Amino acid sequence: MSPTRPARDRDSQGPEERPVLLRIASFLYLRPSLVLALLLGPPLVWMIVVYLGSLVFLLIQSFFSLDPFTGQVIRVLTLATYKDLWTPANLDIFFRTATMAAVVTVTTAVLAFPLAYFMARYASTRLKTVLYLAVLLPLWSSYLVRVYAWRLILAKEGILNWFIQQLDLTRVLDLLLRAPVIGGPSLSVSFLGMFIVFVYVWLPYMILPVQAALERVPRSLLEASGDLGARPGQTLRHVTLPLAFPGVIAGSIFTFSLTLGDFVVPYSLGNSSFFIGQAVLSLTGTAFNIPLAAAFTVVPMGIMAFYLVGARTLGAFDAL
Amino acid sequence: MGGSPPLAVRFDHVSRHFGDVKAVDDLSLDIFDGEFFTFLGPSGSGKTTCLRLLAGFDQPTSGRILLHGRDVTGQPPFEREVNTVFQDYALFPHMSVGDNIAYGLMIRKVEKGERRKRVAEMLDLVRMPGLEQRTPAQLSGGQRQRVALARALILRPRVLLLDEPLGALDLKLRQQMQVELKAIQEKVGITFLYVTHDQEEALTMSDRIAVFNNGRVEQIGSPPELYESPGSRFVADFVGVSNLISGPIAERIRGSAEVFSVRPEKIQIRETDSIAPDGYCSIEGRVKEVIYLGMHTRYVVELDGGGDLTVVEQNREATSMEVLAARGRKVRLVWHPTHNRRLGTAE
Amino acid sequence: MRSEANESRGRAPLSLRLATLGVILFLHVPMAIIFLYAFTTDDATFSFPPPGLTVDWFGVAVHRPDVWQALLLSLRVALIATLAALGLGTLAATAVYRSKFFGREAISFLLLLPLALPGIVSGIALRSAIGMADFPFGFWTIVIGHATFCIVVVYNNVLARYRRTGRSQVEASMDLGADPLQTFRYVILPAIGTALLAGGMLAFALSFDEIVVTTFTAGHEETLPIWMFSQLTKPRQRPVTNVVAVFVIVLTAIPIFLANRLTQGGSE
Repeated sequence: MSPTRPARDRDSQGPEERPVLLRIASFLYLRPSLVLALLLGPPLVWMIVVYLGSLVFLLIQSFFSLDPFTGQVIRVLTLATYKDLWTPANLDIFFRTATMAAVVTVTTAVLAFPLAYFMARYASTRLKTVLYLAVLLPLWSSYLVRVYAWRLILAKEGILNWFIQQLDLTRVLDLLLRAPVIGGPSLSVSFLGMFIVFVYVWLPYMILPVQAALERVPRSLLEASGDLGARPGQTLRHVTLPLAFPGVIAGSIFTFSLTLGDFVVPYSLGNSSFFIGQAVLSLTGTAFNIPLAAAFTVVPMGIMAFYLVGARTLGAFDAL
Repeated sequence: MGGSPPLAVRFDHVSRHFGDVKAVDDLSLDIFDGEFFTFLGPSGSGKTTCLRLLAGFDQPTSGRILLHGRDVTGQPPFEREVNTVFQDYALFPHMSVGDNIAYGLMIRKVEKGERRKRVAEMLDLVRMPGLEQRTPAQLSGGQRQRVALARALILRPRVLLLDEPLGALDLKLRQQMQVELKAIQEKVGITFLYVTHDQEEALTMSDRIAVFNNGRVEQIGSPPELYESPGSRFVADFVGVSNLISGPIAERIRGSAEVFSVRPEKIQIRETDSIAPDGYCSIEGRVKEVIYLGMHTRYVVELDGGGDLTVVEQNREATSMEVLAARGRKVRLVWHPTHNRRLGTAE
Repeated sequence: MRSEANESRGRAPLSLRLATLGVILFLHVPMAIIFLYAFTTDDATFSFPPPGLTVDWFGVAVHRPDVWQALLLSLRVALIATLAALGLGTLAATAVYRSKFFGREAISFLLLLPLALPGIVSGIALRSAIGMADFPFGFWTIVIGHATFCIVVVYNNVLARYRRTGRSQVEASMDLGADPLQTFRYVILPAIGTALLAGGMLAFALSFDEIVVTTFTAGHEETLPIWMFSQLTKPRQRPVTNVVAVFVIVLTAIPIFLANRLTQGGSE
């Protein structure tokens, strides 16, 4: 029984219609490396030239110095700028910024955990989507606007003070404001105020990785723990928290890094005691000293580099 | 009978290396026009790699692939006249069933009316008439599989490649589809190249089978050939269950220590005191295991001289109780010596 | 699949639910307060309770030329930067998905770097490099800065979608006779379309709101965030700032919401 020979369909396509494009397509199909180069080329060139190049250039700049008389940059490699960096005032700045970053990080972790835990463990799918959006919105929303909102809230005549007056807690507030480090003339010009705002703006960055990490804890582990006799509190301490820890570390990368480099919050709510971000900004302003500014930024970069290495060993990158 | 039918596919010393790994190792075979040809083998044996080399998704490290006499080795898949049915069906989720099937025609600029007609024809062929407007998400696994088949067949390729298409279906559906696929192939008359690891499936549908092992083909033959005359230990083991007998027991049975195979259904279980018919092989042992499988029963018998033989008997008259009671009993195994097969290339 | 998990969810302890509610309120009440202040009649202070409510400030804001200039600049920058990010991000995602090559994991890290490093680092790096190249600061330098950190947003979205779609559809398309261009048009583009849209909208929102890097690369130009920043300490016509803030919140909320909708159907 001979099979029927089918008609060729290719004849219906005009044979000369797209020979050139087709030839190029066939040519490229057999050369995946060429295609890879074409695809990867533009973005890679952009990132390396524009971004990495700038970073490297910045690093080099920190080894140049500023001629104090002419105000010009002397393109001679030297450690003089780093020596200039090492003043008590500047060390104060580093210390101040790093301490704030650490405190903010811990606070956001503590605040984020209940919400993340609720979302991962108890929320129904619908509620989880709603909560997720509720966290996502402030995250992507204008961070400047959110800082501005707190200027409104913390202002002397603003809503927070109004509440405090209503609740007759003015004396408590005055006490806080008179406190040595965190206090200030008013809430809107104090480290306490800055601390509140930092926590507010970075909180979503901590919630999401922690929630993701908690989400990944299989329920069977928690059930097994209960099955082996642990009370809920013990399960939390011995099973859930250690497994969620990489998520906390991942979130802390953001909160720490963002606080280290920020100038908007200190500018809006701070006084003359600078944070790193403000110092860098001022050095590119009237006191135009790029090498010193570069040296300044090397410090947070270095801190973050160590932090990232440490975070990686603690498993944070899997949680991202 | 004149010369053999024209050649649909020829693999000419084809190799595919991935660094040190030889996924396909110097493979040569011919597939004739109109055959239902199967690549059979365990995972990683190279059968899927060969299919992909033929389809054009991969290029051989060396060797040539010929399609109806033409060397297609350098050609991309969109220029080759073969079509593939994928293991995961690969239906386009954003298109309807009708658009999926008509995709190849649309690419070739076949006009709309003709497309619609041919799609309806195909849906009839795969026994899913009228479902043009559905989307893949609305179909069951078996239905998606048929749409994938229709989508490939509508282009009337001269060779159709099928990459383990029935793997995701349950047993009953799989068996039904096996029969249907074979019927479609005979009706449409094109060459089917089928890849599977299921030896029963291969035996059911194929005209010829190539058994793959570690990138090489161990044996090519029709299902009866492979089953009754396995050419190597691997083929004997992979295609069906086999008993491989060697050493002193082989010597007692056949007079030579060389390894040979005998299929389990060729052996009969008798009482120890029964007398073996003239010329029959005979050996005694004790029933170690009884596995009741409804239609037949599998016995594992521990031989008196050591070693096991597997025996399969149909439950023609015995009940399950009787059969299971055989465990531990001493028995005599008899079979006709014609069923002893020397392995072509032993080991 | 999910319903089984839901059945045994159980009720959370009251303290946990209160804590959750508290955090959510903490996140959102401040923005609600901005809305409130956009309607106050008091134009010099932030006094609470507001002495009166009015919608006049919306009218005033509309007539402020500096607001319009800043807004238009931000929109233009966001548009161009998003387009650049869409192109470069898709190319990178396609390359990373298609082939294995040396340094593949590093690509994701490299693209993430502009967002991972503190803004001032990226900002001052770009600024000093641009200054050295004697390139004029202005519209294009802002765009360059924004595009650089927007690439990864598009890249992540498109890559995730590629991973969800799988390879066999592309192979099937080519098997059926479609060349790579046709395959792109009929199979790939429909598959990644909504991911592109979502990534683009997120990139737009990111660019529209950006302040830190922009401060360094803007020269004398004023984007909307820069305008707002300069208004922070100016006591004049404060409610106008509030109106603009309200506008910004609403404008960036829409793409966020839509982007989330477009990428539903799988977890991101």
